[in-house]
Amino acid sequence: MPRVAVVRFPGSNCDFDTLSAASRYGAEAYFVWHRDTDLRQADIVILPGGFSYGDYLRSGAIARFSPVMQAVQRHAEAGGPLLGICNGFQILCEAQLLPGALMRNAALSFVSKPVDVTVEQTDTAFTCDYEPGARLRLPVAHGEGRYVASPDTLRMLEAEGRVVLRYVAATERSPFQPNPNGSANHIAGVCNAAGNVVGIMPHPERAADRVLGLTGGTGFFTSPVSAFEMRSASGVSAQ
Amino acid sequence: MTYRIHVRVMPRAGLLDPQGQAVEHALNALGFEEAGTVRVGRAIELDLEAGSRDEAEARVRLMCDKLLANPVTEDYLVNVEED
Repeated sequence: MPRVAVVRFPGSNCDFDTLSAASRYGAEAYFVWHRDTDLRQADIVILPGGFSYGDYLRSGAIARFSPVMQAVQRHAEAGGPLLGICNGFQILCEAQLLPGALMRNAALSFVSKPVDVTVEQTDTAFTCDYEPGARLRLPVAHGEGRYVASPDTLRMLEAEGRVVLRYVAATERSPFQPNPNGSANHIAGVCNAAGNVVGIMPHPERAADRVLGLTGGTGFFTSPVSAFEMRSASGVSAQ
Repeated sequence: MTYRIHVRVMPRAGLLDPQGQAVEHALNALGFEEAGTVRVGRAIELDLEAGSRDEAEARVRLMCDKLLANPVTEDYLVNVEED
């Protein structure tokens, strides 16, 4: 069974939901505190949502310098699966593990509602269980989710297929408007060149149980477990 | 020598600044119709020990590049005063 480290910062508030979702889908999940320097043999690392360090200075700017982030960086450089959800995505951008930045929503208001997204890239550690082009309904809850990057970076992300999730109106009659925050190219999530580091604004942990009304986020928790089991079966070590 | 440093961090020109727009609308609504193109940034002050003004400025620029400003979305101005 793969080990999933859920990293908690002062101000994380999606930590229990994330731990619960990871545990439900075949992983041994546990918390790691931001002051820890050891991920305790984690196979998979998740930075959950919240408001680390009160979003002081910029979202994710201070968390990036937490002691645990050096271990997270090493895990990512070794090819280990690393997912940042919402504030976790902001931290990964600040840490330059992912390109770009997340700015104040274009309409200024905090957006908390379900949105429709398509899975644009299934060749990543966290989306390999989805069908290419799958449409998901996932909740977003953020004030700073407008993805911004230089024109060159945006072109590179598109050319290399590194946009993982994109906001869409699911149907013409969808109750949800595409792009709740004014993101460039309707981007809701991106990955690094190797596909082991993924950052997304929507919250799959809030859509991974029938009792919550939405189940579209389940694949973000089953995918890294499937990949882990495939590696184990073929006798290759986890990293 | 102690220097008093003022750093001004602003959203990069050309990037949408919804905060600035909201303040602009509020100023116009208050009757300040002459106010246009408002942008909202951040001011940071700190004291710094350094051997010279140039050294102080170089250290602060490093701080800006590493933490105080986001290189993707923000520009900064540094002003060094002798304390």
